[in-house]
Amino acid sequence: MNDRERTIVNGLQGGFPICERPFLAAAERLGLAEEELIEGLRGLLEQGVLSRFGPLYHAERLGGALTLAALRVPEAEFERVAAVVNGFPEVAHNYARDHALNMWFVVATERPERKDEVIRAIGAATGLSVYDMPKLAEYFVGLRLEV
Amino acid sequence: MSEAIDEIDRAIIRATQAGLPLTPRPYHDVAERLGLPPEEVMTRLRAMQARGVIRRLGAVPNHYKLGYQANGMTVWDVPDEWVDELGARVGGLDSVSHCYRRPRHLPDWPYNLFAMVHGRSREDVEAEVRRIAALLGEYDRGRAVLYSTRILKKTGLRIAE
Repeated sequence: MNDRERTIVNGLQGGFPICERPFLAAAERLGLAEEELIEGLRGLLEQGVLSRFGPLYHAERLGGALTLAALRVPEAEFERVAAVVNGFPEVAHNYARDHALNMWFVVATERPERKDEVIRAIGAATGLSVYDMPKLAEYFVGLRLEV
Repeated sequence: MSEAIDEIDRAIIRATQAGLPLTPRPYHDVAERLGLPPEEVMTRLRAMQARGVIRRLGAVPNHYKLGYQANGMTVWDVPDEWVDELGARVGGLDSVSHCYRRPRHLPDWPYNLFAMVHGRSREDVEAEVRRIAALLGEYDRGRAVLYSTRILKKTGLRIAE
């Protein structure tokens, strides 16, 4: 990563302005030209250093429901269960983790009442009990990574 | 909360959730695509930001590519009467990206405080776990660190087209 890219990654993880020429305004703050900032961002996205450039939306405030759920999957059935869980379009992420509860996934639904239906359906389709762990309070979300 | 956004907001969200156009007038380009006046798009985005519907506006880094390759989901059993105060303190640590209270599932799952910790290595993560344990002191009644061993699915959250 070159100096310009580092400046962009460190300086633009939030606070991008909403105005007619936002890249111009942000570039001035970073000591860059508008075109340098746009080209820099294009390169960072192409390299995959940035996964996205734009608004990060707050899923629950979009009116839907979101939960984290876990399963205790017998090792021999892991791939079958992963395929069943991943087959639900409402499952946004799914990770294998090194614990007795070894499969952890996020269920996100547009209609709030659909969330419990999906949890029940996953239980029925896998034959396992689903540990539903909706967030009860949020203390912090966000991370500034220095490079 | 659902009254917070209407159909026009949803159209703007759909048009921007994968990213803004990298053009000199990105909001104008979004507005043109949606057939809306640019001022309306900008006003609505500002309003969503003020209401917290937009958490953040800018560059979303890929942790792995930045060298933060270890992520540990640290989970803690702390007394319910202290969880809000302790959660706020743990969430304030630099290495913690998400910090939530979640329900226990006794007896299998006694943990009620979740803190996602990012580091360049597992040693980094372990050092952060010790730091959190020190911060929690006597309220740390038990903990586990769950490392992800495989991504089974990652489509991200999207509202449907």
